[in-house]
Amino acid sequence: MDVQAAKMIGAGIACIALVGAGIGIGNVFGSYLSGALRNPGAAATQTTNLLLGFALCEATGLFGLVVALIILFS
Amino acid sequence: MALNPMHQFSIKPLVTEPLFAISGHPIYFTNQALLMVIVVLATSLFLVLAVKPNRLVPTRGQSMAEMSYEFVANMIHSATGEDGLKFFPFVFTLFMFVLCCNFFGMVPGSFTVTSQIAVTLALACLVMLVVILTGFAKHGIRFFMLFVPKAPIYILPLLIVIEVISFCSRPISLSVRLFANMLAGHTLLAVFAGFVVSLGAAGGVLSVLSIAPMALIVGIMLLELLVAFLQAYVFAILTCIYLNEALHLHDHH
Repeated sequence: MDVQAAKMIGAGIACIALVGAGIGIGNVFGSYLSGALRNPGAAATQTTNLLLGFALCEATGLFGLVVALIILFS
Repeated sequence: MALNPMHQFSIKPLVTEPLFAISGHPIYFTNQALLMVIVVLATSLFLVLAVKPNRLVPTRGQSMAEMSYEFVANMIHSATGEDGLKFFPFVFTLFMFVLCCNFFGMVPGSFTVTSQIAVTLALACLVMLVVILTGFAKHGIRFFMLFVPKAPIYILPLLIVIEVISFCSRPISLSVRLFANMLAGHTLLAVFAGFVVSLGAAGGVLSVLSIAPMALIVGIMLLELLVAFLQAYVFAILTCIYLNEALHLHDHH
């Protein structure tokens, strides 16, 4: 197998990190919704934590994407 | 399609001769530098001019300036408490700079400053420098207690190692988060734009189908506007959280 093909496969494998990000983001919003529907009064106070959790989760998936880009373009 | 989605991130010098040289390396005035100058001028002019007349009943511009002020002030107050407010100018400047860089980058054909790891890493290092200096100024050598959480003595060695690693990886995670979000969003837009062009050029039924990726681009654009705001917000609130730890160590305010 030549190096170029191995690079392509490696970049594809690195994108599997998005699986974890998907599960994490689903968890964040799912837990927020189930909590917010049980206690709608407290929902508004937790939007900061919701957005923070969403951004932190999304970032872990994007780290995988950065690894893929580094493999492809360097 | 020969269109490279990474082409939009290339840095080009706008003036052919370098401005000056640092130890043999020529420094050019690039499209990135131009966008940074535009962002700084636009935000400073807007914030100064909007509140200059100081009306009792605010206009739309003054409302926007006051809302952004209040937004950041509330964020600092909730994250760091009363004594964090002396860092308001620092956090507000960071927030407005990142926010406006993200938003100016959304204009088609412009350049996204925050999609360069050099820029975001410099910002993150500045944040960590301020955090460390604040911690040492406030607590002196006791600042190292930041790495010693309240825990039973027999797991402390492990916890201290984990805390040190997590502290050292903060500038990397802070910068890569912003950089990767901007990079991924803009690459996605460029890839879908490539679909529109290649489908349109295919002719026949396929040309009509190019409406679909076009519609999708509009949706992604809206999502990217949300992400642009969210990442500026996350950058600012993480700065506040780090400052809070430096100010109060592990005791709660």
